[in-house]
Amino acid sequence: MWSSNWVREALAVLAKDIRSEYRTRYAFSAVLLFAVTALAVVSFSVSPYSLDADVQAAFLWIVLFFSAMTGLSRSFVREEEARTAMTLRLSTAPEAVYVGKLLFNIALQGAVAAVVVPLFLVLMDVAPAHPGLLASATILGTMALASSSTIIAAIVSRANAKGAIFAVLAFPVTLPGLSSAIRATTAALRGAVGSGSALVAGAAGDLRALAAYSVLMIASSLLLFDFVWDD
Amino acid sequence: MELIIDSVSMSYGARRVLHDVTARAGTGQVLVIAGPNGSGKSTLVRMVARLARPTDGRVLWKLDGRALPATDIRRAIGMVSPDLTLYDELSAAENLRFFAQVRGLSATPEFVRSLLDRFGLGGRGGDLVRAYSSGMKQRLKYAFALMHDPPLLILDEPTANLDERGVALVHDTIAQARLRKCVVMATNEPEEVRLGDVVIQLGA
Amino acid sequence: MCVCNSRLFAALKLLLGVWMTVVIIAAFFYAPAAQNLGQMSRIIYFHIPAAWVSVVAFAVCTAYSVRYLRNRRTQDDAAASFSAELGLLFCVIATVSGSIFAKATWGSYWNWDPRETSIFVLLLIYGAYFALRSSVDDPSRRGSLAAVYGVLAFITVPLLVFVAPRIPAVQSLHPDGPILATGGGLDMDGRMMTVFISSLMGFTGLYAWVFSLRLRAWRFITALANRQED
Repeated sequence: MWSSNWVREALAVLAKDIRSEYRTRYAFSAVLLFAVTALAVVSFSVSPYSLDADVQAAFLWIVLFFSAMTGLSRSFVREEEARTAMTLRLSTAPEAVYVGKLLFNIALQGAVAAVVVPLFLVLMDVAPAHPGLLASATILGTMALASSSTIIAAIVSRANAKGAIFAVLAFPVTLPGLSSAIRATTAALRGAVGSGSALVAGAAGDLRALAAYSVLMIASSLLLFDFVWDD
Repeated sequence: MELIIDSVSMSYGARRVLHDVTARAGTGQVLVIAGPNGSGKSTLVRMVARLARPTDGRVLWKLDGRALPATDIRRAIGMVSPDLTLYDELSAAENLRFFAQVRGLSATPEFVRSLLDRFGLGGRGGDLVRAYSSGMKQRLKYAFALMHDPPLLILDEPTANLDERGVALVHDTIAQARLRKCVVMATNEPEEVRLGDVVIQLGA
Repeated sequence: MCVCNSRLFAALKLLLGVWMTVVIIAAFFYAPAAQNLGQMSRIIYFHIPAAWVSVVAFAVCTAYSVRYLRNRRTQDDAAASFSAELGLLFCVIATVSGSIFAKATWGSYWNWDPRETSIFVLLLIYGAYFALRSSVDDPSRRGSLAAVYGVLAFITVPLLVFVAPRIPAVQSLHPDGPILATGGGLDMDGRMMTVFISSLMGFTGLYAWVFSLRLRAWRFITALANRQED
């Protein structure tokens, strides 16, 4: 009884956030503009050179990481700034709040990635050697980014300097996920120069690491969220 | 429903806001927390609503003599306070539907509509809360606080910044609620302090 | 604290002073230089213990953080932050000494060797921890936010230790031989081992001493503040 309610409440939080976001486009437009700007800067400055796959993968994830840093704290910070956080705290189970916000962040970052990755391929003139691998690396990397930064966003929303320290706090915690995502993306972009199957096998390990990292982050966030939310 | 405030103290760092407050109130009673601004009224109200944790002492919420667990406490409390804001960018009906969902009520359109009617907001449910007047916002807040028929009703400065009609609505609500609920009210209006069965007087 | 206890502490403090002096002298004059690293190898008596203490301090910080989240005593929060301060200090010492060693043996101060990467991330985490602490005013909220971040960071550190060395492009330049005793590289002979272990113990003792000093000072200041208020 408890668990089924809990999922429904989390979905209610998600639906509420999506509706608010749709009305105000508070986070999405800012994040998307940021991502496109960053991508344009990168592409503009390196267009005369043909880059190696690992440099391209690093560029892509730097853009995605910093767009996440501009957007993923918004849903929590907004609750504090609009002074609705206390209303939510009074009426909603902390776990439902966390899961709802996590799902919202996954959706937001997923939407950003869905625009940025194809745009990246076009602007940098890259034909990925393994499109399927690129897609799974993007999806799992997005999950990893969202799952590590949601709890950090909750922490940041309760501190005084909300914008400034988000990236500072999130970077070290996100790094394991980020480095796996970069490696998997490198493998996806790099053609089958020689050892194609070995490369893909290595990338499969990275994808598994990404999934495990997300699960670990979500599980520990669920345990710790109460202390951030209900102090 | 029984509310027990057991020698509660609160300090922020070195600054002590509350010192050793004890009181209890049950269903059918009004507990008034009185005192000038800055005397710790809001802090104590937040503790009673489980939105803040005392530095020392404890607050207990009991139903039929049994201490309630966290989830049930949340379901047992309805609160109106200047600190509680509803979602500006959503309509009144969407707000009520959302809070009904997270409280585990069946949030049917009929439920929301009857709730809006009950608080005199019928026909305006589709408007964004941003477009509401302050009096309408106040009534919406009462709808938020009372939708789940909570056994404990907490009112923080209920008549501050209200016109006569608003004050009448509040006094009406208190008169109804005190029959079946435990009411906690933070106020400094002498007229409202007199309503209390139990009064906690806080110093400056 | 009773008299016999404080006398014991005084004796231990004295012992620590003598111990560290002997370790420092022994590191330069008693222990032989390793075969292929030469005099450079003496860094292991300072660099590795500093890195070790940094990790110990972080673990202690996490333990106190968990305890703070359980029972919310201000003292546990203070202890967690003091341990993190010391951890940051030793982390800086380990980073700088390692960097000098890198310049002397590999020719550049920094080259993103996996272990350099992980200690750099450790520095970032400590830095972020204190940035978070300084941006929250309310003490109890500061305590719980910092504690949650500390625990979260502690969970990710082992991941970094496993993930970072797997970056295929960068092979570790770190001389593992003397510590892990894998046979390759250089072997630690008996005298080297003795000095190394003694240094580890000495550094840990140093940490414990400064930590307890800091905590005693905090207790004193808090008691004084309370008395002034009443």
